[in-house]
Amino acid sequence: MKRSIFACAAVALTMTGGALAAQTLDAVKERGELNCGITEGTLGFSARDANGVHQGFDVEFCRALAVAIFNDADAVNYVELSSANRFTALTAGNADVLYRTTTWTLTRDVDLKTNFVGVNYYDGQAFMVPAELGVSSALELDGATVCIEVGTTTELNLADYFRANGMEYQPLPVGGTTEAKALFEEGACDVYTTDGSALAGVKASFPDPSAYVILPEVASKEPLGPAVRHGDEQWADVVRWVQNALIEAEEYDITSENAAQLAESGSIPAVNRILGVEGGLGEMLGLENDFALNMITKVGNYGEIFARTIGESTPIGLPRGLNALYTEGGIQYAPPFR
Amino acid sequence: MSLSFVRTEMEEPQPAPSSTVGIVAWARTNLFSSIPNTILTIIALYLLVRLAVGIFPWIFLGVWDAGSLSECREIFAELYPDGREYACWAVIADRWDQIIFGYYSADQYWRPILGWILIGVSAVPVLYPNTPRSLLYVTVATAFVYPFLVWGGTIWPYLMAAVGFGVGYGVYRILAAVTAGNAFSSVIAVSGSVIAAAVWWIGLSGPISGALAEAMPWGIEAFRSRDLAGFALAITIGVVAIAASLPLAIALALGRQSNMLIVNKLSTGFIEMIRGVPLITLIFVAVVLLQYFLPSGTDVDPILAIMILVTLFTAAYIAEVIRAGLAAVPKGQYEAADSLGLNYGLAQRLIILPQALKIAIPGIVSNFISVFKDTVLVSIVFPNDPLGIADTIRADSNWNGIVWELYGFIALVFFLFCFAMSRYSLSLEKRLQTGHR
Amino acid sequence: MADAAAPPSEAFRLSMLIYDSRYRSTTIQIVVLILFLLGFFWLANNAVQNLAALGKPINFGFLSQTSGYDINQTLIEYDSTYSHGRATMVGLLNTLLVAFMGCVTATLIGLVGGVLRLSNNWLVSRLVTLYVEIFRNVPVLLWIIVCMLSITSTLPGPRAFRGDDPEASMILFGNVAATNRGIYVPQPFFESGLGSAGMNFLVMAAVIIAGIFFVRWNNKRAGEIQVQTGDRPNTFWVNFAAMTVPFIVLMFVMGLSFERPELRGFNFKGGMQIQAPLIGVWLGLSLYTGTYIVEIVRSGILSVSKGQSEAAAALGIRPGLTMSLVILPQALRVIIPQLISQYLNLTKNSSLGVAVGYADLVATLGTTTLNQSGREMETILLLMAIYLTISLTISGVMNWYNRSVQLVGR
Repeated sequence: MKRSIFACAAVALTMTGGALAAQTLDAVKERGELNCGITEGTLGFSARDANGVHQGFDVEFCRALAVAIFNDADAVNYVELSSANRFTALTAGNADVLYRTTTWTLTRDVDLKTNFVGVNYYDGQAFMVPAELGVSSALELDGATVCIEVGTTTELNLADYFRANGMEYQPLPVGGTTEAKALFEEGACDVYTTDGSALAGVKASFPDPSAYVILPEVASKEPLGPAVRHGDEQWADVVRWVQNALIEAEEYDITSENAAQLAESGSIPAVNRILGVEGGLGEMLGLENDFALNMITKVGNYGEIFARTIGESTPIGLPRGLNALYTEGGIQYAPPFR
Repeated sequence: MSLSFVRTEMEEPQPAPSSTVGIVAWARTNLFSSIPNTILTIIALYLLVRLAVGIFPWIFLGVWDAGSLSECREIFAELYPDGREYACWAVIADRWDQIIFGYYSADQYWRPILGWILIGVSAVPVLYPNTPRSLLYVTVATAFVYPFLVWGGTIWPYLMAAVGFGVGYGVYRILAAVTAGNAFSSVIAVSGSVIAAAVWWIGLSGPISGALAEAMPWGIEAFRSRDLAGFALAITIGVVAIAASLPLAIALALGRQSNMLIVNKLSTGFIEMIRGVPLITLIFVAVVLLQYFLPSGTDVDPILAIMILVTLFTAAYIAEVIRAGLAAVPKGQYEAADSLGLNYGLAQRLIILPQALKIAIPGIVSNFISVFKDTVLVSIVFPNDPLGIADTIRADSNWNGIVWELYGFIALVFFLFCFAMSRYSLSLEKRLQTGHR
Repeated sequence: MADAAAPPSEAFRLSMLIYDSRYRSTTIQIVVLILFLLGFFWLANNAVQNLAALGKPINFGFLSQTSGYDINQTLIEYDSTYSHGRATMVGLLNTLLVAFMGCVTATLIGLVGGVLRLSNNWLVSRLVTLYVEIFRNVPVLLWIIVCMLSITSTLPGPRAFRGDDPEASMILFGNVAATNRGIYVPQPFFESGLGSAGMNFLVMAAVIIAGIFFVRWNNKRAGEIQVQTGDRPNTFWVNFAAMTVPFIVLMFVMGLSFERPELRGFNFKGGMQIQAPLIGVWLGLSLYTGTYIVEIVRSGILSVSKGQSEAAAALGIRPGLTMSLVILPQALRVIIPQLISQYLNLTKNSSLGVAVGYADLVATLGTTTLNQSGREMETILLLMAIYLTISLTISGVMNWYNRSVQLVGR
């Protein structure tokens, strides 16, 4: 009996084990779905809705990538990862790509053997306090109790920021946003610090958002972007150019509504190259030439994704800010499709 | 004149003195027998009343019909202008399905329900020894039907896994018959059957079930284990851990009882190592480290990995329970088995283990309770168990701010399950005790 | 099994490895060992190869690197410039602290509860039963979370203490502040201490130990007098004075005073803070483990046969003394091994403190250090090794105790 159990386990392992060494794209195609690493639940970026369906900014990128590969937005297997096991899951092959609000840092890029292929959201660590405290600058926070999510770069930034400014604080580490929010609301901490995007979402979800202020200081740069394994350049290219296509599409005003029409009319060369009407750029990546057309039709361009999931019309209500296109005062900039 | 004073009829029995019967007397002996007792009673009464006044209105005046917490608050504001608020049970009514069934779609709820009924039926012959033996077939079948119900897909992989046991057994019979008389007969038969079964599972069952699934795609909707959540997950982990750990636990217990030095040390080392670390570290191992220990590229399903580690954890604890059972079997039983000329395997199978396991059942049941409670540790790594679902619901903007209703409800469900099981285990313990002493 | 007396004289045959009981166990052991080693090397080899492929072979060097994060409860000096190793140490001490506090309170709850459960007061014994059933049939993690939530959602925040007409005020004559961040109590310190905290502590310990020695000497003397004259002199007051007077004098000399917590800025400053996560974990663990100890104490007391208390009554021993002289010593032999295994469980369960932000070993080494260094294999193995060491130490003590008790009894 004992042996048979091990045998069963061995079967399960040998059956599911696949070649991960180099050709992620081929492996994904063969598998028929994309293993996309996301957070266990960050409202606006990826969280399950009441029906258990994943929704959010990062989820849309997973869907876009799935469309680029399979022309099917639902061919995604969402791998929920904690901040503790995300890199292991990626390097060990449980996830093909991380869209997991992960900050691009040197250590992570080099030491943890991941490749960051772009930035889909420029973020920065910010501080939120109740308005009644009358605090207007983070430099007035000496001696405060700070709610912080464990296992994130925000923890290090916080320590650096307070030390650099010669201030003391008391950390109150919490496991997740829900918990942090509850503690902050009850006054168990004076300050809640995390990425500005998440803070805006939290602030929006309070019954009276105006009772809280997000302080102007930004403690750190937090470029959040998709990460893939080291050593598979083809796959890195696919993920990189999927994102670039979404950004470039916004720049050329290609939306889910007019994409098919633009492809048909074929009058603007740059648009034609993106949509695969000319240039054959998709095939260079190992995808279909019309991958971007499908993607934009089914998921929308970067601006549409942003507006639909975290934009100002949603409960999260994030302004575009740094994430506006470079033509509109932001720094989102995609290299040309050529 | 003689006076005869012999009574001819019985006096009617008098009622007991009013000071020893009735509620007053009961209260006097049980509540107010002495001054310290009276003080204790008063303190206890005070606590009870405080508790009742504090909690009961909150529970029973709660609102069941609302779409969100703010709706609940509006209803309270309307009902009680003085600002009183009670429980908003609407969250349970709204998310009941998710807490119990996790992320199954509503038309698939019959699957976990049927699975639980099957488990209930299959537990009967194990827990109540006097039921017909034929029910044991249900128990064996459940081992394959329950995973099928939970994970779904085509029926073939589950069937093929079951067939593997048949293949092993068949090869054993054939080899035993062919090599009968040979000195190595039993060794050849056993190793042959193990190899045959292994070859079947590793090499053949996959392609065969794949081919059969192509030809006859009989099955139900496939379901990912990371969508397994809520109490469906807690029950599945508990049941899988207990069922899968039993064979391992028996082997470990026998190993620890054995006087073979290496076997003994290995079993003892395994048991002590597992029992010496908190379950949460083993869950970390499952989620983070397991993929390092397997060949590169092996896709480890994290929930399955957690189940494997929880199984190992449970096996170490149950092994100790079984060891106690083995120790409780009187020495005469071992000697009797020896005197009948039974070898070790036969003696254990026919004489010792049936008795030891019977003694161990209450302990196994309480271990099941522990495992079932421990499944909430999954929430530290995945938001899938009942506590994780509670977090997910609290993150929803409709129910943002709900706390006590969710935790209270989850605690209640756990309480009902565990209390019932512990009562059963207690009654079983009593019954077994009278049988043996 | 033919003739045990006559040793088989036949030559060795291969089949004897299986059928001859002299060789069989060796055969089995060798097969088991080979299978075990194969499995072990397979796992280890996979791990080494996978780690090498990732370019991070096992290396504990990260323990000496700067941790970069702060911890809210530090029993030893620590800030974000210290190393990961130091952070691990802080976590370990926090784990031991909450485990120790939990064991003490759980034992108190268990003793009181166990005795009350056996009391002939119907209501009280039912109430204790209710407590036991409710708390032990719900996961301990849930209790820890509930205890933490009770603190953070029912107690006032420090802000409520501010202003001319504050919503909340300090209790116990303005000495203690109960807030949702924890409880602030006055902290003792010495105005004219002996230089360092360690020195002060040594002197205090010396005075107490001297007191204990005096008490023992005094009791011995009283015993001798009792043997000689038949009367035992009253030693209580002398002993009491010997224990307390020198200590009080020492406190006076060293200038003991208390620093009261005061609301300054965002938080109470000064005094000693018992943080909310610590209280949450401590309460949750104590209440949960307490239920098991109630049962252990109850069954321990019930395990002493009724004849013992009847015999004590026949000797004219008073009921209170019967409990302490006759029943408890016998019950303890049953109680203590089970008690220690509950201590072990409590210590292991303290790892759940991470769920409410208690900075124990799992939170420092197992979560933040793991994340910041990216060394999963090393941190988790180290974490398990530390817990294993704690467990083996405790169970070693238990085995030693069991052996010593068994020698004395029966």
